[in-house]
Amino acid sequence: MSAYGPTPSQTVGPFFAFGLPYSDGPRVVPEWRPDAIRLRGRVTDGEGAPVPDAMIEIMQVDAEGRTPRAVGALRRDGADFSGFGRCDTDPAGRYWFTTLRPGPVGGAAPYIAMLVFARGLLKPVATRVYFPEEQSANAADPLLSAVPADRRATLVATAEGDGSYRFDIRLQGTGETVFLAV
Amino acid sequence: MPEDPNPKYLTPEYRSSVLRAPSQPLAMPKLGPDSIELSAPVFGPGELAALDSDLTQQHRGAPLGERIIVTGRVLDSDGRAVPNTLVEVWQANASGRYAHAADLHPAPLDPNFTGAGRCLTDADGRYRFTTIKPGAYPWRNHANAWRPAHIHFSVFGTAFTQRLVTQMYFPGDPLFAFDPIYKSVPADARERMVSRFDMDVTEQEWALGYQWDIVLRGADATPMEEA
Repeated sequence: MSAYGPTPSQTVGPFFAFGLPYSDGPRVVPEWRPDAIRLRGRVTDGEGAPVPDAMIEIMQVDAEGRTPRAVGALRRDGADFSGFGRCDTDPAGRYWFTTLRPGPVGGAAPYIAMLVFARGLLKPVATRVYFPEEQSANAADPLLSAVPADRRATLVATAEGDGSYRFDIRLQGTGETVFLAV
Repeated sequence: MPEDPNPKYLTPEYRSSVLRAPSQPLAMPKLGPDSIELSAPVFGPGELAALDSDLTQQHRGAPLGERIIVTGRVLDSDGRAVPNTLVEVWQANASGRYAHAADLHPAPLDPNFTGAGRCLTDADGRYRFTTIKPGAYPWRNHANAWRPAHIHFSVFGTAFTQRLVTQMYFPGDPLFAFDPIYKSVPADARERMVSRFDMDVTEQEWALGYQWDIVLRGADATPMEEA
């Protein structure tokens, strides 16, 4: 063990809502942008009950697949793209973001990286949001291919039309979302 | 390979983990240099206000309780400073009550204390907060359950894989032995969550000082995972 052993993770607990969420958190880009998409979903536990005290964070490339370098994730200026979003769940366990469809990076299937924090999670769960239109890229994606076929769909958002995508997160049990060791 | 210092998802002594811990094995993506998981948001000083890091100055009057200074460095696993990274904190007040509607502990709220702050680390990776020592508080995990006093910390680092949310404790707390959240961490790593009292940080006739360094895992560390 080095002298610099990593600091362990602890749960975000039930009372983060007055500290971490901020008003522009879910607006990675403003709603009025013509290329904005809406990503939304619900977090549920092992009994299918909503998780009303979770916090979702996303990190993604821009529509051209470029890694964002711009500041402004806390105070958005509506123009620069920070690639980062944060949303806490409502009493029904729902979250939402307005953001961009990520572009491909080096030919890989585009995705949004996601972390979920909650009371009861002593460390966050990590997952990825893939897009249903990218059928051939998804079929060739190394992660999606490595996941058991019957669980693969948990990583792909559902198009709801009108630039809206649904991505539910099931922490445990039937239809459990595939989580990643990253 | 170093041992994983993190708790397991399923820690039955912590009751809330039972229905929320994933039950399936985790997938292991191969991360390349372009993988977005190896990037982190970039925060600029213009996004924060100076008083964001002084939790005792956010209201009209001074909060009740023991004024403290909490400072330390954010380091990577090689001991290098992580500058300009966002550090966020939130905590209960001196009576052990959170400014959150769902906190029903019958201890007084303090109209002069919200208990949330943030700052960016400086060029040496240093953060610094002025606040009030939080109180211990009861919770309903088991009979007569009390959380040791703690300050919640959220840190970004330079990669999404380094993202850390944790809790900083105070030295010598008699509640450690009874707290399933503290004890969810392997025994030899628990002390890393405990700050130390520091007379050099303590300011005469003003505030007690505590030091606590935060070490982030390597950005591209081999994932360490339970089954």
